[in-house]
Amino acid sequence: MRVSFKTSYNHDIRLFADGYQASRYAALVVLAVGLPFVLDDFLIGEVTGVLIWAIAGMGLMLLTGHAGQVSLGHAAFLAVGCYAHAILMDRFGLPFLASFALAGVLTGIVGVLIAIPVFRLHGIYLAIATLALSMLVEDIIVLAEPWTGGVIGLTAPTITIGGIDMDRFGSPDRFYWLCLAVVLLITLGYRNILRAPLGRAFVAIRDSEVSAQAMGVRLAWTKAAAFGLSCLITGWAGALLGHFFYTFNHEVFTVVVSIQLLLMIVIGGIGSIHGAFYGALVVGMIPQAINIGRDWITQVIGTGGVAIPGLETGVFGLILVLFILFEPQGVHGRITKWRIYFELFPFYRRDLFRRQRSYLKTERIR
Amino acid sequence: MEDLQLMVGGLANGCVYGLIALGFVLIYKATEQVNFAQGDMMMLGAFIAIGLGNESHGGLPFWLACVGAVVIMAAFGMAMERTLLRPLFGQSQIAVVILTIAFGFVLRFIAGAIWGHDPLVMDHPIAGTHVTFGPVVLSADEIAVIAVTVLLTGLLYLFFSRTKLGIAMQAASQNQLAAYYMGIPVKRIHGLTWMLAGATAAAAGILFAAKGSVDPSAGLLGIKAFAAAVIGGFGSLPGALLGGLIIGLVEPFAARYVAAGYAQIAPYAVLILVLIFRPHGLFAQVSGKKL
Repeated sequence: MRVSFKTSYNHDIRLFADGYQASRYAALVVLAVGLPFVLDDFLIGEVTGVLIWAIAGMGLMLLTGHAGQVSLGHAAFLAVGCYAHAILMDRFGLPFLASFALAGVLTGIVGVLIAIPVFRLHGIYLAIATLALSMLVEDIIVLAEPWTGGVIGLTAPTITIGGIDMDRFGSPDRFYWLCLAVVLLITLGYRNILRAPLGRAFVAIRDSEVSAQAMGVRLAWTKAAAFGLSCLITGWAGALLGHFFYTFNHEVFTVVVSIQLLLMIVIGGIGSIHGAFYGALVVGMIPQAINIGRDWITQVIGTGGVAIPGLETGVFGLILVLFILFEPQGVHGRITKWRIYFELFPFYRRDLFRRQRSYLKTERIR
Repeated sequence: MEDLQLMVGGLANGCVYGLIALGFVLIYKATEQVNFAQGDMMMLGAFIAIGLGNESHGGLPFWLACVGAVVIMAAFGMAMERTLLRPLFGQSQIAVVILTIAFGFVLRFIAGAIWGHDPLVMDHPIAGTHVTFGPVVLSADEIAVIAVTVLLTGLLYLFFSRTKLGIAMQAASQNQLAAYYMGIPVKRIHGLTWMLAGATAAAAGILFAAKGSVDPSAGLLGIKAFAAAVIGGFGSLPGALLGGLIIGLVEPFAARYVAAGYAQIAPYAVLILVLIFRPHGLFAQVSGKKL
């Protein structure tokens, strides 16, 4: 077991706890950069998808996991980012980097504008308002046909940075590295927000609004900032998603995607950046796992492939139910518990992570 | 005259929304939990009624099939509370929301695996009959839907305001700990509430199936019903019905008088407007803040 003695207050908010942790993450980055040399084009495509969903997951994680505001409508912001980016590049002829940055900022502004009226709502009312928003955006995309191409949708333009093409199909490796760079920058930014007063204010609001207010946190302002930052990240994920799908229309951004995003971060482990990545991995692997399982069953029974519609969402739902019942902290929580088990061996107690239960009081009478 | 027919059709639709919303409100009022799977439970109830009653499936008489569906769904609701929700007792509301959303996915998959993904139609005695009031022709099933909904809402309202059990349910939600101290068996009350919600879901499902066809994705109607519950003020039974009726009425009229494409967003636009101007719904249940 490693013991770290803290010798200054700055020690608490360092980017990495110690050199060991820093070297582990460095190794992970090296591994991720080298991945295209090992995997074939199809698998790199899959990994790219996981990375993009991880960005979207981080967007929602900031809002839900750290600021404690549940949104059931983040597909709407994915859509805003995606369409804004495609339109800026196609109609206004902006280069990729400018358009990409602007698309995220636009989504963030849209998010803040929406946050102002919506944040008078609490908990479940907020969730349903964002759900309705997601529904609305889906239909607005169809109605705004001159800009969005309506039902037919749009085609993502080719990315060119400094004369180098980065196409999803033509050069998947370069597109993967682009996504990886975005992921790294966003993760670093996210981590830094959490170390800064703003991130601490988010967590304070999540844990208790009354206490946060008593400590001098401006509730409305901080919530709007959380929503704006969350939408900024989600908008960037949307922009990359547009390139990833190549062609997209309103059906890519349904309410089901919103719900799946939320479920994704819950499976991954709510309240940690790791969780967004684990969640994206699990969600990305489910279809593959089902395919493999189906092949296996076919081999065992010896009949033709069984195709069951809706199996994917069914399995997804089941996994989630099991997680909520048995491991509410998600994959990240499970891994942390295992790690601590080995670090403390043999002193790990079963109730080490047990949380005290609270008795509910109604929200209707305050 | 056309307007009047649109109105009755909308009212009948709204009643189904209202009944699902009633299930939401019932659970929220008594346990402070939000059950996002209510729409899928409604779908399941409809399928069970069809499975028991239709010639091609169970072949039981219609009334027996209805009673059977209600009883099975009541047991299902209770079992669901026992296995899924009781372990979450005392945890955050959002955990329950996410759990029920996920369980809704599972229910949809199960229904699809048993009854298939093609829409099914329920056989019932008043299918296709009409009632004529002067120039207006109304289908009998729409009138039946409205009548049954009004009856059920009234009964539930009386149950909550008059009976000992109903008041115990309200107490359990307002303050669990205090309810325990007063000798209310909070956990058993939760079980009974989910039973009641399951039965309501089955009733809504039967009425829904009586008006049209059912397929596993019918549960997504629950989102609209949820909007109805929020418009009415979450936690108010008459409010839920009113919210359902508003959504039910807005839809056909928007489809008739507003440009195509805007009709389907009208319910959500109404919801957002209500939330902005009356954040706790039309029949607000929130009283002033005390510290």
